[in-house]
Amino acid sequence: MTAMRERLRIARYLIAENPVNIVAFGLFVLLVLAAIVGPLISPYDPLTTNTSIALQPPSALHWFGTDQLGRDVFSRVLVATRLDLFIAFSAVLLSCAIGSIVGALIGYFGGWLDATVSRGVDILMAFPLFVLAMAVVAALGNTVINVVYATAVINLPFYIRLARAEINVRRTLGYVEAARVGGSGHFRVLRVFLLPNILSPVVVQASVNLGWAVLNAAGLSFLGLGVRAPTPEWGIMVAEGARFIASGQWWVVLFPACALMVTVFSFNLLGDAVRDILDPRLRT
Amino acid sequence: MTSSTDSAPLLSIDGLSVSFRTRRGVVNALDRVSFDVGCGEIVGVAGESGSGKSVTAFSVMGILDRAARITSGSIHFEQRDVLGMSQRQRDAWRGREASIIFQNPRTALNPIRRVGQQIADVLARHSPDSPRVIRQRVLDALRQVRVSDPEKRQNAYPMELSGGQCQRVGIAMALACSPRLLIADEPTTGLDVTTQAVIMDLIRELARSRNLGTVLITHDLALAAQYCDRVVVMHAGHVVETAEVSQLFTSARHPYTAKLLRSVPSMVDRLDQLQAIEGSLPDLRRNDLPHCRFAERCERRLPVCDSQALTLEVVGPHHRVACRNPL
Amino acid sequence: MSSQRILEAQGISKHFLVDKGGLMRRARSVLYAVDNISLHIDQGEAVGLVGESGCGKSTLARVISRLVDPTAGTLSISGNDVTHIGSLRFVHSPLRRKVQMVFQDPSESLNPRFTVFDIIADPLRQLCRPKRKAEVVARVEEAARAVNLALELLERFPHQLSGGQKARVGIARAMVVDPELLVLDEPTSALDVSVQATVLKLLAHLRQEAGVALLFVSHDLNVVRLLCSRILVMYLGRIVESGPTEDIFNRPRHPYTKALLSAVPSLRADGRVESVHLEGELRSPINPDPHACRLAGRCPRQQERCLREEPELQPCGPDRAVRCHFPLD
Repeated sequence: MTAMRERLRIARYLIAENPVNIVAFGLFVLLVLAAIVGPLISPYDPLTTNTSIALQPPSALHWFGTDQLGRDVFSRVLVATRLDLFIAFSAVLLSCAIGSIVGALIGYFGGWLDATVSRGVDILMAFPLFVLAMAVVAALGNTVINVVYATAVINLPFYIRLARAEINVRRTLGYVEAARVGGSGHFRVLRVFLLPNILSPVVVQASVNLGWAVLNAAGLSFLGLGVRAPTPEWGIMVAEGARFIASGQWWVVLFPACALMVTVFSFNLLGDAVRDILDPRLRT
Repeated sequence: MTSSTDSAPLLSIDGLSVSFRTRRGVVNALDRVSFDVGCGEIVGVAGESGSGKSVTAFSVMGILDRAARITSGSIHFEQRDVLGMSQRQRDAWRGREASIIFQNPRTALNPIRRVGQQIADVLARHSPDSPRVIRQRVLDALRQVRVSDPEKRQNAYPMELSGGQCQRVGIAMALACSPRLLIADEPTTGLDVTTQAVIMDLIRELARSRNLGTVLITHDLALAAQYCDRVVVMHAGHVVETAEVSQLFTSARHPYTAKLLRSVPSMVDRLDQLQAIEGSLPDLRRNDLPHCRFAERCERRLPVCDSQALTLEVVGPHHRVACRNPL
Repeated sequence: MSSQRILEAQGISKHFLVDKGGLMRRARSVLYAVDNISLHIDQGEAVGLVGESGCGKSTLARVISRLVDPTAGTLSISGNDVTHIGSLRFVHSPLRRKVQMVFQDPSESLNPRFTVFDIIADPLRQLCRPKRKAEVVARVEEAARAVNLALELLERFPHQLSGGQKARVGIARAMVVDPELLVLDEPTSALDVSVQATVLKLLAHLRQEAGVALLFVSHDLNVVRLLCSRILVMYLGRIVESGPTEDIFNRPRHPYTKALLSAVPSLRADGRVESVHLEGELRSPINPDPHACRLAGRCPRQQERCLREEPELQPCGPDRAVRCHFPLD
């Protein structure tokens, strides 16, 4: 466990060294907390409508104002955190797990397997991502879980390529050959010696990916795919609130949009910070 | 050729200390390193990895890492203060008056640029010649380093050339503007044994014919023995001994040098004559490093080794040792 | 009184198909990394395999340690023919533990995620399947002691070790399963001179104590001279000279051997007489001309016959063989 302890020590040093890292981690923690306890502490029920107080500007009672159906915008933004984060995390986790394994296999065995799968990946990457997502959702049905699948599919190529490249580099290293001479078959070598060693670059990729995944999810629901009204979700809220800008009710769209921006921003910062910490140069 | 003692040295490093700021602390890489290089002589800087030889070379050339700090000392080239030069002066000086050949020739060249163009780049940077003249000079440079078929080879990319040919290009680039000081940082690492000999012969021949002051950095004592006039032995950022080649290998005075010589396979006849050096390099981040950085591994250690700072003492003609209890 | 033959390799070849681009796959080139090599290693022997980069010695080392399947030839380990056991199946064979390997770069040959203990224990667990944990601990500690590795280092990770310590871990890992042959692929090339000395003496010691045979692959003749009793010199996939170490050093018969010897910088360079320099560059091992000596074009002693006919490996003394039409005397 000495490696873990050492990493934590360096993590603390890095956070102190670059204040931006503190912001990144702080925001991240805040977001996760909002996702977990949001629905419990929201001042109003995000679904209760009350047309009599529709479209009211921000006030002491309603910090972010109310939307066109009289629902408290703040509560909706807060509760939406859970859904958006859930979609993002699940999609990233799914594509990361599957993509890394597929990439590791083709990177290790090469040959026709690599050639075939790589062509498949190329084809996947050639699709405009929203078209692809729409196709997946259209084929499987308009539900949240399918949005997760669609986002995961879009992200697969990055992990496949990353894992393939990282495995390729390590495949010829001494310790892999030593493992084979030491009685390990190919699959054990992959499982025990190679996959754990590509964890760092994959984790970095995943944390950078999170911001993108959130944006993806919001974009899809903005288009009306997956999440449907009245479920609070930032994308939908932006879509619904957009038409009120012209008539001067800016708060309906601004706050969910800000929430999106802050989340993506913090995940990007987090990705950078994670990369700093897991940087292999720390090894020497 | 012996060192030119009567004329002023071409390069003079005096009390150079360099430290690096790292995540794990401050590394005191060099501590008061001093030695001279005269015109026409080949000085070897020998030592194991971590001894500071490359740091010394990079300090002279001004290409140290950003985290490096020169904390004391001076470097004089033809009696001009090198460290005091402005960035622009240093950039002009580097390549035209002093030059460096790197190890791992293939990676030292730009992989996406033809080798002829890379030599031309150096020439264009430092001379006002027209492109036509430069093209001719590129061919001349390639011929001087004995690259066969230079008209064709100049259009090759580094990956199309062998290691030996890449190093020849590296040498051509270094000597293109006729510098007076040449630093060769482990120029034969990564090359085949037979190629090593050919490249070293080439470097020596060019250095002699142009009367260059040459610094040969190497971990291979045998190589230093064969190609250098004088050798500077470094250990953990210190210069521990400097002497003419013959002197060093017959009568080394520093315990580390003596041990190092006995650990070189070509120096002994049987395996039981081979001796390892106990212990390992001290951690250069420590604040409590003893005055002599070899003391903790030395069996000739005396109390005075810990209490007094080391200086390079003269123990013979052109022979200096930094030791309180030399052999 | 004949000592057991640990390894017998006959006519080993390893070819790689190199595609010459384009859609017309007919033009396929063959890279002859190892071309028809035979060698044997007896119990407790230290044999040196010497050559420069591109000569195929690393490939040959990997064929012998069964990491790679040969394209042709037979291989026997301790009298058992293993030619027809593919490298995949060989991993699970009881013979696997008899031949172990030590690799070149200590920094790259240890799994950065394992503790030193696990690194050494892994082959033991996979190949010997000890029943109790205590046995694993005992054998790992024994292996560590045999290479002078302090026991407290067993809990560390590779990046916390020095180069010399890492090298020793690599040797301990290979020795823990009690192999009969250690194939060492340039084990000291990446090490400092003083550490190199430690490792060499350690290997000699292991050979004496455990009776393990060594196949020492290196480009450094000086190192091989100190450790090995017999030397094989390789060039472009072929053995060009073989014989007892001292004999090869004092009387090299092949021009390439002579060139190699004269190129190595030696501290005792007191007037080496008649050094031999090779002109030109290494030929490509792809599609070599079967009717010419591989050294043709670079050899200072070359004559017309060398371009017409490839020489065979001929004996030229007790235990000596050379592949040259006009060997030196």
